[in-house]
Amino acid sequence: MNLIQTIEREIVTNRERADVDVRPGDTVRVHAKIIEGDKARIQVYEGTVIRIHRNGPGTTFTVRKMSSGVGVERIFPASSPNIAKIEVVSRYKVRRARLYFLRRLTGKAARLKPLRDTTRDAAAR
Amino acid sequence: MKRTPLGLFGRKLGMTQLFEADGTVVPVTVLEVAPNSILRVKTAEGKDGYNALQVAYGTQKAHRLTRARLGQFKGVPALEESPARHIGEIRFADAPAGYEAGQTIAVGDVFEAGKRVDVTGTSKGKGFAGVMKRHHFAGFERSHGVHEYFRHGGSIGTRLTPGHTFKGKRMGGHMGDERVTIQNLVIAKIDADRNLLFVRGAVPGRNDAMIFVRRAIKDV
Repeated sequence: MNLIQTIEREIVTNRERADVDVRPGDTVRVHAKIIEGDKARIQVYEGTVIRIHRNGPGTTFTVRKMSSGVGVERIFPASSPNIAKIEVVSRYKVRRARLYFLRRLTGKAARLKPLRDTTRDAAAR
Repeated sequence: MKRTPLGLFGRKLGMTQLFEADGTVVPVTVLEVAPNSILRVKTAEGKDGYNALQVAYGTQKAHRLTRARLGQFKGVPALEESPARHIGEIRFADAPAGYEAGQTIAVGDVFEAGKRVDVTGTSKGKGFAGVMKRHHFAGFERSHGVHEYFRHGGSIGTRLTPGHTFKGKRMGGHMGDERVTIQNLVIAKIDADRNLLFVRGAVPGRNDAMIFVRRAIKDV
């Protein structure tokens, strides 16, 4: 690992927020700090992760949700201090890294398959 | 000669980004500026005839250097032990006071976060570049009957008067691989323990290139 990679890793690991394992297809709740004038408040944005762009400290992820019938996508810088917390609400089985196909699907068609239950007694149930 | 503020030789590591507390992203170039050791102090009054500090930086195995080069390190015990790879000169208008051979100057001694610096390096070579890349000419339209003339520069002069193309007419030619100084870059962060300088913005040259960083001449 060269020095620049070491530096980049430090920038990522030194952030205050705890690391969260986020994957494409996850439904996440992003607690984003919104600064209005001199006041800061936290806004929760919930949606599906459709893309993770990995680039060290510049890593971003795109969260898509339907907001009053309109598709909304927000790109969050993963290392930004303006993200207070990320919660993974549920995880789904997806077979690709970029879920752009969700953009042309709505309603029931836009659902993702739940993860297969891989615990040992799953078949018995 | 104009006054040259104190500077150091170093190496460009590459670019990355930092976050400020409010979430602002700062694009930075990381420079490794290891301590420069003073080899000789040159003065206008002395036999050199000009004021400068001759400094050595980087490391090199002794067997890879010529005896002539090794001879330059004589008198500086640390460099006789582990020779330097490069030797450079930092020129001054006035005789550099308070310096003597054997001293080392580190990043923390010269720079501080928030201050501005000028960075000199050798730009990436672009080869024989056309007029659009080299001089930002607009070129021609892709359509409307333009025929095999898309990236040309157009006319380079008139006819019998003046009968020749003016000197300095901008044309294609070799681009890049030249000495470039970027002025007034803000120091975003200093890591004195690891000899790192985080400078806001881009710096000429490829990653790993040798660079010279000095306090900005225009900084007040």
